[in-house]
Amino acid sequence: MDATITFTVNGKPRTVTTDPRRSLLDVLREDLQLTGTKFGCGEGQCRACTVLMNGKSVASCTTAIADADKQSILTIEGIVNSGKLHPVQQAFIDEGPFQCGYCTAGMIMGTVALLKEIPQPTDADIVSKMNRHICRCCSYPKYMAAIHRAAGQTRKEAA
Amino acid sequence: MKNQIIEPSAPPVVSDEMDYDELIEPVDYDFGLNRRSFVQILGAGLLLVVSAPALAQERGGRRGGPRGPRIISARLHIGTDGVITVMCGKVEGGQGARAEFTQAAAEELRVPISQVQIILCDTAVAPDDGPTVGSGSTPRTVPPIRQAAASARELFVDFAAKKWSVDRANVTIRDGKATEKDGKRTLSYADLAANQDAAKELNQAIAPDVTLTPVTEWKVLGTPVLRPNSRDIVTGAHKFPSDMSRPGMLYGKVLRAPSFGAKLTTIDVAPAKAMSGVTVAQDDGFVGVIAPTTFLAENALDAISKTAKWETTSQPSSKDLFDYLKEHAEGSVPSNPFADEVSKAAKSLRASYQVAYAQHAPLEPRAAVAEWNDGKLTVWTATQNPFGVRGELMRAFHIAEDHVRVIVPDFGAAFGGKHTGECAVEAARLAQAAGKPVSLRWTRPEEFTWAYFRPAGAIELEASLDKDGKLTSWHDVNINSGPNALESPYRIDKHQTRYVASKPPLRHGSYRGLAATANNFAREGFMDELAAAAGADPLNFRLAHLENPRLRTVLQTAADRFGWRLRVKSKSPTTGVGLACGTEKGSYVAACVEIEITKDNQIRVRHVCQAFECGAIVNPGNLYKQVTGAIVMGIGPALREEVRFENGEIQTTSFRSYPVPRYEDVPTLDIHLVNRPDLPSAGAGETPIICIAPAIANAVFHATDKRIRSMPIRIA
Repeated sequence: MDATITFTVNGKPRTVTTDPRRSLLDVLREDLQLTGTKFGCGEGQCRACTVLMNGKSVASCTTAIADADKQSILTIEGIVNSGKLHPVQQAFIDEGPFQCGYCTAGMIMGTVALLKEIPQPTDADIVSKMNRHICRCCSYPKYMAAIHRAAGQTRKEAA
Repeated sequence: MKNQIIEPSAPPVVSDEMDYDELIEPVDYDFGLNRRSFVQILGAGLLLVVSAPALAQERGGRRGGPRGPRIISARLHIGTDGVITVMCGKVEGGQGARAEFTQAAAEELRVPISQVQIILCDTAVAPDDGPTVGSGSTPRTVPPIRQAAASARELFVDFAAKKWSVDRANVTIRDGKATEKDGKRTLSYADLAANQDAAKELNQAIAPDVTLTPVTEWKVLGTPVLRPNSRDIVTGAHKFPSDMSRPGMLYGKVLRAPSFGAKLTTIDVAPAKAMSGVTVAQDDGFVGVIAPTTFLAENALDAISKTAKWETTSQPSSKDLFDYLKEHAEGSVPSNPFADEVSKAAKSLRASYQVAYAQHAPLEPRAAVAEWNDGKLTVWTATQNPFGVRGELMRAFHIAEDHVRVIVPDFGAAFGGKHTGECAVEAARLAQAAGKPVSLRWTRPEEFTWAYFRPAGAIELEASLDKDGKLTSWHDVNINSGPNALESPYRIDKHQTRYVASKPPLRHGSYRGLAATANNFAREGFMDELAAAAGADPLNFRLAHLENPRLRTVLQTAADRFGWRLRVKSKSPTTGVGLACGTEKGSYVAACVEIEITKDNQIRVRHVCQAFECGAIVNPGNLYKQVTGAIVMGIGPALREEVRFENGEIQTTSFRSYPVPRYEDVPTLDIHLVNRPDLPSAGAGETPIICIAPAIANAVFHATDKRIRSMPIRIA
């Protein structure tokens, strides 16, 4: 039986009528054409599918769409502000950590959540919070640098 | 020291681009008339053997002969807006080709990089530059792009000289403009494009003797240019193959066998057909479903999977793997021809090394979108071999070359794992059945099971030493994993290396560095054993047998920067240092590592100091990332990654059971890129991976006196 899900995606109210067992990831990609969020494993093991639900990092591949009902979802497409890149996105361009780039959207969303929780993370904080994100190109050292740079830029913008 | 500048003067002839294990047997799908008649005849109890002449032709076409177009306009287009579009049949899977090709064109055209755009493989418009394999884009595709761009630049000089009625020597090309010497007149590439006669000149041949910019004058090449589509990557706007969408597109799933070699005997597809919006594609053993959502397609597949009956056959298991490979070695394992040398030697050693199967596990699983229009097929997919995939589609559907178009958007990595087009063929079959475009995205378990594997290997070595600790003979036999970097770089009077094929229990193929990792793991481990037998320091023992100046340089650089001579003196049961070096595909690498052994006998890599040299550095930023990524990726199969299988069933089908490196595995890294502007640029995507595993095993020996001869390296 289909269910009607009403939720906020990137600040806009959205309604979908669909099987409530479908994943949030599939609904974002297939129904709302928000393909910036990636499928990597389907079991929450790689975090390519990371989005923010009410500001918290979640694996959208293992989140049923029913659980997103009445919630607020933020995806990679939603963090650009009037054409201006989010400071984390800008830091990721400046540092250029990605190789194939398939994990990047998830890494950025994970970093946005991380910096909200710990604005000035240490290396150990980054390892602890970002360890669930896989980069198969293994560009982790460059990602660490990008996350530190993002922390610096976020601090500057807040000042 | 003054370096001599050596510049390539002609496009190198690609004589043998596909290496041994880069040639992978495609899944032999046949959805044409032959298959139907085959099934019908078989149904009547007769057997028909179908040969595959098209396959043989395709294979033949892959080898020999120069690659790429002969005329300038087939390689680049100059727009009346001045934008220069370079067309190239290579693909971008994260190795950095897009940035390098942009640099190559911008350098020779003397334009800013923002004026260049690159179209990577679309078989309808891009020339066949060969498959993107074997670290080949830098040495084999950058030079022809430079030549075409330089040829266009020379035509631009002709155009300006003619227009101004001046000698060519009075025309300078700089910052995208032709400027008259001592004059104020300028022309742009847009002016050339707008002039029909001048633009026609671009249809002439690429000049083989055109002057290329010497390394000493490089302004764009040799600099850390970022990937040109970086903004689209960080905004999520870039469409990977998994993200492609077509009007009316549906989603597909394909039925998979429960184990290798299993044959479908019966299936009831009625439960799927009963679902609203679901279509079933069925063709002999191939069964797939198509639905408006992935979720519904999965449900439909689940429903019919339960009705499927399979005829299984006994298959090998990973616990018996190395005996199996030796038992099935083609023509048996060759014996050591230097038995006399061994018998009279002061010391001799013999050892067996083993390397397990590994999986590429690119973060983007195989994906394809297929669309048919009036019998013509367009497929968007991820592959390192677009023209090869076009051939697979032609064979599977019995259609002509001009009826198939393969487009490869920049995709989510491959590491040698995406040479074949099975997913593209499957998507096309589903789209045919649905009469609509279909997106097929493999699941992670499918990718872990039905993609091909890095070959496992059993490696047998024997060597002898004289009383002075000098190597007198060397015999090294690789069974199954391949011949790459099997040849020893050390000076040994009597030496023989042999690769022996076996009967692989899994479908195997290329991987970053191919068998160079396995062969380096065995050779560099064995060199360490011999150094210990000779009572020599591992560094000194290698240097005493090493003449190649490039390999000596990286080895000495890594050792010096690591502080080898001091650090090797202190050892404890929980800390050790090890080193290894090697060469493959024209580049040179050496690594020193420090490891820690934890209380529960786990190995942690704490520090890696690696030196790498690949000739003149084309893009230091990208090279640094390639070397970094290769080291960290290499830690995976060195310590943990191992494909396990039982009677034809893969047991490692998730990132839980097949743990790839994560943030927590990253050691302190010291990377030293040795630039050699006097030497041609070699590729660098693979070779930096080959030393990490043997260096770790040697460090375990340094700490524990235990020699681990198998990968993954585990302390019992």
